[in-house]
Amino acid sequence: MSNNSAANSSLVLAQKAVKQLRLEASVRRIKVSQAAAELKAFCLQNAHKDPLLTGVPSSDNPFRPPKSCVLF
Amino acid sequence: MASEKAEIDALKKECDGLRTQIEAARKAVNDGSMTGASGGVASVGRVQLKLRKTLKGHLAKIYAMHWATDSKQMVSASQDGKLLVWDTHTGNKLVAVPLKSAWVMSVAFAPSGNLVASGGLDNICTVYNIKAASPKTLRELDAHTGYLSCCRFLSDSEILTASGDTTCCLWDLETGKQKVVFTNHIGDCMSLALSPDMNTFISGACDSLAKLWDVRDGTCKQTFSGHTSDINAIAFFHSGNAIITGSDDCACKMYDLRSDQEVINYQDTSLNAGVTSLALSSSGRLIFAGYDDFNCHIWDSLKGEKVGVLSGHDNRVSCTGVPEDGLGVCTGSWDSFLKLWN
Repeated sequence: MSNNSAANSSLVLAQKAVKQLRLEASVRRIKVSQAAAELKAFCLQNAHKDPLLTGVPSSDNPFRPPKSCVLF
Repeated sequence: MASEKAEIDALKKECDGLRTQIEAARKAVNDGSMTGASGGVASVGRVQLKLRKTLKGHLAKIYAMHWATDSKQMVSASQDGKLLVWDTHTGNKLVAVPLKSAWVMSVAFAPSGNLVASGGLDNICTVYNIKAASPKTLRELDAHTGYLSCCRFLSDSEILTASGDTTCCLWDLETGKQKVVFTNHIGDCMSLALSPDMNTFISGACDSLAKLWDVRDGTCKQTFSGHTSDINAIAFFHSGNAIITGSDDCACKMYDLRSDQEVINYQDTSLNAGVTSLALSSSGRLIFAGYDDFNCHIWDSLKGEKVGVLSGHDNRVSCTGVPEDGLGVCTGSWDSFLKLWN
């Protein structure tokens, strides 16, 4: 009995593996050159809004306490 | 018996055939590289961020941190048995949540800011209401048979968990029950990240694979290979079309979801330490990766070059996070401190 169920579970596992691979194989793929171009475009378009790239002015920096001495 | 063995052998052969087919399909679209496409892009130069605040309060190793969606509050978890909710602008501690089990490995803030969740070697994901007069346990999600490595809220009523039992799970917080179980990894799941549109999520595991899942129907849609050791950290690129992974093999990789393959490898021969955590700047151009070498190294995501380093911790950087407004980076370490940089 136990032999049977062991064989059955190997069979079930193998069937699941095939089903999963068939699903992954059916993915529609676009060219890497196109994907890379779009990733690049996304970064460049958003660069001006990225504070870690543009820098955070001291007056607007929430993590830096405002200096108490101000020169007019 | 013999016929079953024959059937299994046939199925195994079909698996091999399908794997070859997948590799061939990937190769067929591999007509360029990310570094090639970014050849003409201006360099970001040396990225030098300053340490703005050191948050002191934990008494033992910090294992995890997560920003609230308001980009001001942040929750951290330490094996001193506490979760601390911080106001990062003032540096004040707002809430302290004592944990039943000190062996915490993950923490998450709900998008609403009302709830936090944590879990670890207790195998349980505990959800707390931090808006109550004192933190109240809302739910104990107990069904994983291995440690809780990562958790992320979809809303106040749903949460995703990743576990050392090799599965991920979507839970209904109203009933406390599992809605969907995601099984396909053959190693401990270490990290997960939700897509910007929340229809899919990605997981990284000790089987060195990253997998893309459909949140609602539980299917594994794509599998990404290439790493040669445990994947500890994973994140979505903000466009939703690519993912970044960080591994014990000392490399980070970017995989494009639509071309179904690795498009760039972030590795340096001088860096011989595993990647523990990672976060992206708001444009996606900068990758902040925490390493076992006590530093957080900064990578140019398009050119694959190392462009800076955040040094200051006295032990492994275990967690890294950039808030939604992109105004800074937070690093958490085994040295018990959290540091804010910009």
